[in-house]
Amino acid sequence: MIKVSKLNKHFGPLHVLKDVDMEVKAGEVVCLIGASGSGKSTLLRCINFLETAQSGEIYIEGRLIDRKKDDLNKIRQEVGMVFQLFNLFPHKTVLGNVIEAPVMVKKTPVKQATEEAMALLEKVGLADKARSYPSQLSGGQKQRVAIARALAMHPKIMLFDEPTSALDPELVGEVLTVMKKLVQEGMTMIVVTHEMAFAREVADWVVYMDEGRIVEVDRPSVIFGNPAHERTRVFLSRVLEPNAGVFGNQPPGNEVCNLCGCKIS
Amino acid sequence: MGIIEYAVDFYSLLVKSYPIFIQATALTLRLTVAALGIGILIGLVFAMMKISKNRFFNAIADGYITVIRGTPLIVQIFWIYYGLAPIINVPAFWAASLALAVHNGAYIAEIFRGGIQSINRGQMEAARSVGMTYGLAMRRIVLPQAFKRCIPPLGNQFIIGLKDSSLAAFVTMPELFMTAMRRAANQPGNALEYYTIAGLYYLALVVVFAFLVKKLERRLDVD
Repeated sequence: MIKVSKLNKHFGPLHVLKDVDMEVKAGEVVCLIGASGSGKSTLLRCINFLETAQSGEIYIEGRLIDRKKDDLNKIRQEVGMVFQLFNLFPHKTVLGNVIEAPVMVKKTPVKQATEEAMALLEKVGLADKARSYPSQLSGGQKQRVAIARALAMHPKIMLFDEPTSALDPELVGEVLTVMKKLVQEGMTMIVVTHEMAFAREVADWVVYMDEGRIVEVDRPSVIFGNPAHERTRVFLSRVLEPNAGVFGNQPPGNEVCNLCGCKIS
Repeated sequence: MGIIEYAVDFYSLLVKSYPIFIQATALTLRLTVAALGIGILIGLVFAMMKISKNRFFNAIADGYITVIRGTPLIVQIFWIYYGLAPIINVPAFWAASLALAVHNGAYIAEIFRGGIQSINRGQMEAARSVGMTYGLAMRRIVLPQAFKRCIPPLGNQFIIGLKDSSLAAFVTMPELFMTAMRRAANQPGNALEYYTIAGLYYLALVVVFAFLVKKLERRLDVD
């Protein structure tokens, strides 16, 4: 579905992506984890061409994308994006946010776009807020509208850039629930996240990035259970219980995972 | 003469001169509307050029703003009306409104640029991420929000433009100030009164306009 090859990105003197290779197959969920500044978000933004990589290749559905020749607007229609700070259009209602692109870009008739939008809002649990303005919503509600807005273009893949990082802790769950629903429906997703429990539960692959490089890619059970690299291990022990590892600080034989509460078999 | 008598005299002068000053007010308004209408278009075009990534457009917009802001309006009006006369005869009304438009356009461009740049980059990114082109995202997402933020400074600029239209008097336009000047020349004893009357008309226009701007600002404050 998406393949990234030898991607390099500089911001002035800063080398933020170093020879990044990544592949995401249709229906897979990939979670990108790593410290702030490790290049996770930049990688995501390069895939959507919101940032221009200086070198490297990006393939979407097997086709190499040429930034100059290809119609990036067309490509972006198929690649949905959800931002950390929601970026809803404040001058439009919830419904207006969702139908904006289908109507203006795809020229879907308003009536049909509205029906589809209402179905999407139903799915994210916000049909009753269709006439509200973003400023009247909580952070969790805003993010769910943002997800509906991206889905309205029927994207083939969804990119999530720290979708829950700006939320109050009690609102994180409602957004993750919606995302899990998408996973169950088979949506291809790349998720930059600090929600390790979420990554462990839904990811097919977890990618650990550090200083612009992909350090380790593996199944979540491996990354969270027995990562191959010391750096991954150190990062995870820092992010998770500051004093405990994934299964640390517990009487042996009866450990419960510190991430999600699951028991080890 | 007591203050009461003076007030009565002034009032009768105000009433007597009413028809001609109303006519003059209409011309002042026509000049202002033409000037600011065109000025907004000019401002929008140059604001877009100024924020564009194209260096050539940047340079044009910078040059325009520098020259126009750096020279007096009266020079610009005379330049178009008298200066261009040997090449092209611009009617007085259009010479004045075009000069006013070009002049205000430079300031309005800066107001729009500030408004557009005050809109979070995330808005443009979100719009692009759902497949909108730069132009569509600008028109549907960024500009409506920016325009709202521009209303207070734009209102301010309009008030300045309205008052600056008095300079059209110097290219023979019988607008408010010209009318007062002519009257005062005919009746030097009432010069003070006629200039006061002209001032009152401007004041009334500005007060009404400021009120409308405030109402518009409230109405658009939905989010």
